[in-house]
Amino acid sequence: MTSVLLPESERTAFVVELDHFSGPLDLLLTLIREEQVEITDIPIARIVEQFLTRIHGLGLGAAAEYLEMAARLLRIKAQMLLPRRPDEEGWEDPRAELVRRLLEYQQMREVVDLLERLGEERRNRFARGWQAPAPEATVESPLALSLPELLGAVDRVLRVVRDPDMHDVVPRGLDIDAAIAAVRALLALRSSAFWSDIVRQDAEPWHILSTLLALLELARRGEVRLSQSGPFAQVEIARDAASEAA
Amino acid sequence: MTPLAKLLEAALFASERPIPTAELAALDPESSPAAVAMAIDELREHYDVEGHGVELVDVGGGWQILTRPEFTEAIERAQLQSRPQRLSGAALETLAIIAYRQPIGRVEIEEIRGVNIGSTLKMLLERGLIEITGRAEGLGRPLLYGTTTAFLEHFALRHLEELPHADELAIALRAEPKSV
Repeated sequence: MTSVLLPESERTAFVVELDHFSGPLDLLLTLIREEQVEITDIPIARIVEQFLTRIHGLGLGAAAEYLEMAARLLRIKAQMLLPRRPDEEGWEDPRAELVRRLLEYQQMREVVDLLERLGEERRNRFARGWQAPAPEATVESPLALSLPELLGAVDRVLRVVRDPDMHDVVPRGLDIDAAIAAVRALLALRSSAFWSDIVRQDAEPWHILSTLLALLELARRGEVRLSQSGPFAQVEIARDAASEAA
Repeated sequence: MTPLAKLLEAALFASERPIPTAELAALDPESSPAAVAMAIDELREHYDVEGHGVELVDVGGGWQILTRPEFTEAIERAQLQSRPQRLSGAALETLAIIAYRQPIGRVEIEEIRGVNIGSTLKMLLERGLIEITGRAEGLGRPLLYGTTTAFLEHFALRHLEELPHADELAIALRAEPKSV
């Protein structure tokens, strides 16, 4: 008999192929179909072997639900092997419960096929008056970004910059105060602006960084409000109405 | 087209949701229900026969003007609208069971599917396809689930009875296994 337990080395390689089977009953039905046998008269020994081989092969051996089914199948197999008199009264086929569940499951799969078809038909038709779900209020929520995402964003900003000519590096301090003054001056003229209005396409890194820090500083002081209509959308820089009123 | 069919078309165009026949009839109190039914047919044929990019469909308890499937990809490519995400096999299985056995508790669903369905139930509740309809009697008084109108709309069903009856399915539910 095939062992359900995988060798130590393979147990870590746990890959569940969820796309293939939605559960042990699904796998069992597939095997029964492949073997072309009747659900009501399952050759249990053969199916058990197949089942164990497959869950081993799919790396499903560690999934409790599949193991439970494997144990159930083995128990049925053992019960089938027990000797019985042909005229024995009250003998119930050990497979009966499993057969009932399989039939029930198979019927449910028929409904699933139907729902899948109907859903796909509806999905391929658009209605009028549909509105994109309102963008989440990103402004109010705390910044939820991982470090790699943040670095990725910085990278994107810096990539806008043209390739710098190679020359000796002259340390140049960031001029945040000047950038703050520039942003303030712009927002004095108009109530809101985009990043691209403040930083020119060919701006140099020190300028970009100064502006970025200036914006963060202004946002911290509550002078401006930074908002985005969606992920990766243009950042809108607006005068903060609340601080203005104050 | 008759004036009544034009009126219905205008109303359906203006509406963001499917309009039930009764509501369409209320648009013109002068018209009899039979006349409204005829006007609906007229409008539907108008779209079908003359070959329009839209069609009139009966979905989730009402009529709605929908685009034809052959234009879906072009519309999506142009980012004018996008299709909702497909439901997973696990989600469809769970929905199928709830649709037929509602109100039904989590344990019974898990018994049929043979797997744990905690996360699937949560997702279906979040998407509004199912709702909690009450609590069962008995130990722990478990929550009971049922399908919603959003479920009908998702599958363009008018009502639950449109799903095949259990005995119409190839295998009758809870069939007695052959004795061996």
